[in-house]
Amino acid sequence: MITKNFQRVYIWELPVRIFHWVNVLAILVLITTGLFISNPLAILSSAEASEIYWFGTVRFIHFTAAYIFFFNMIFRIYWSFVGNKYASWRAMLPLHKNWFENFFHVLKVDILLQNEKNPEFSDISVGHNNIAGISYVVLFLLALLQVFTGFGLYSSTSQWWLPQLFAWVVPFLGGDFMARTLHHIATWGFILFIFIHVYLVFYHDWLEGRGEVSSMFGGYKFVNKKRINSKKKSKKIVETEKI
Amino acid sequence: MATKADVKETYYESIINHGYSRRDFMKFATYITAYMGLETTMIGQVAKALETTYRVPVIWEHFQECTCCSESFIRSDHPIVSEILLDKISLDYSLTLMAASGHQAEAAKHATMEKYPGEYILCVEGSVPLGDDGNYCCIAGRSAKDILLESAAGAKAIIAWGSCASNGCVQAAYPNPTDATPIHKIIKNKPIIRVPGCPPIGEVMAGVIVHLITFGKLPQLDGLGRPKAFYSKRVHDSCYRRPYYDAGLFAETFDDQNAKDGYCLYKVGCKGPMTYNSCGTIKWNNGVSYPIQSGHGCIGCSEENFWDNGPFYERMTGLAGFGIESSADTIGKVAAGVVLGGLAVHAVAANVSKRKELEGRASRGIENEKKIDS
Repeated sequence: MITKNFQRVYIWELPVRIFHWVNVLAILVLITTGLFISNPLAILSSAEASEIYWFGTVRFIHFTAAYIFFFNMIFRIYWSFVGNKYASWRAMLPLHKNWFENFFHVLKVDILLQNEKNPEFSDISVGHNNIAGISYVVLFLLALLQVFTGFGLYSSTSQWWLPQLFAWVVPFLGGDFMARTLHHIATWGFILFIFIHVYLVFYHDWLEGRGEVSSMFGGYKFVNKKRINSKKKSKKIVETEKI
Repeated sequence: MATKADVKETYYESIINHGYSRRDFMKFATYITAYMGLETTMIGQVAKALETTYRVPVIWEHFQECTCCSESFIRSDHPIVSEILLDKISLDYSLTLMAASGHQAEAAKHATMEKYPGEYILCVEGSVPLGDDGNYCCIAGRSAKDILLESAAGAKAIIAWGSCASNGCVQAAYPNPTDATPIHKIIKNKPIIRVPGCPPIGEVMAGVIVHLITFGKLPQLDGLGRPKAFYSKRVHDSCYRRPYYDAGLFAETFDDQNAKDGYCLYKVGCKGPMTYNSCGTIKWNNGVSYPIQSGHGCIGCSEENFWDNGPFYERMTGLAGFGIESSADTIGKVAAGVVLGGLAVHAVAANVSKRKELEGRASRGIENEKKIDS
């Protein structure tokens, strides 16, 4: 019996990987400091207020991380136009009919855990599968909401033109109350995303053994040779052995 | 009731006629310039404008309100404000303050509207109920909406005093039984200055009026139509307790040592961080104090829907539609629990459903491992 003839495929280019990990750090810092700002711990000190500035520092870290998050996101948008096909914006949006085929395939096999009698090689996702792809679009929209409400709230304490671009957001929403509420709720969206994202990455790595987890470090995934040679939908190669 | 002769008097003349000296007048000009947030070099311009501008007729309408705005205004701390701006400004119609009553009062108002079309300033205190044909607020047998449309038609500009007129305030709070509506949602074709607050600060009201009459144009307004001079900063950003916030020193309850030490009231529900107003700088009652200074958090009275924005004494983020007790955090925690539980179930189910696939992989992997010489 032979194991799969896996081939090493370069999927995630270095800029994509750097984006990913900067994004991870920024989001973790933003969630932690953000929840902390919304409900600070009761830390007592006998020092005078003029001697302490830790809460100001927490907010400073939040704002710094927000800028990093923002520019990192801008960079990723740029890279989705110049990067390889797995980094492209086209890989995430439902642009053609085939998109839904993969979407429902992943839904059936990986989310609803159905088994296929005759798996097709062309169904193997190489970059993002399409459920993952659309989840990043949702995350991107959440990120936009955070950027708009966050910089909107920040704008009245800043002179720089960049936050000022978002100064209209707070009046548009009717005031700080709504802006803060949305900012806070969207944070929970990020938390839920992290749970699901990390779990599914582990799930794929554990089930398929194609280096899903390590691909975001080295950039490589392992793909069945037959998938690499299979033409999209033109020639369906029905597997005779197990994938 | 202002006669034509009265109105053809400049502010300066009427101030002097009222027994004030030129020195008093200059003090007033200086003081009001400072409140309007203008530079000291503008004092001369304000004084000049008051000397040369003829007094502008004002109609002050009262609808669904409690008159706290008028009360606040007549307590603004310089006597000339109430003397001149109220008594002498040609306040031709104000239910609370005019001498006339009944038909006489209505006649006075109509006389002003006819004599000075496009010239008079319309001040509105209170919201307008639109529900049930506006029957919830009627004056002299006419609905508030009717009266507003009539007096707004010939107004040069409209000032919406207080949270009622600018946001709807308590009568517009959920479920808003009378369909109380702020002015800017009814009148669309006139410049409207919104001066929210419950009530607004008297000096802010005076500043807005003086700006209008001295410069003949609206003060600079922000995105919500509020004068920037008074509403561009959060109460939080001008709060004298701000250093405690930055230091992370918070009162946990209203009776703990931290509250006694005057620490920040952020965690006991102060709405200062979301509220744009001048309370921290101009303060109240001749600059004596303001809510936070007397140990109570800001309730955000100058913000839209402040009655529906959650409890006054909690920092929670209220979510309409999920019940009063639920906050974004509660829902978030429940959702996180559901998601984690779902993922755990998925993990178990995956082990069952994909068992053959996994076994095949494992056995092939072990086979290969055995083939390798160690």
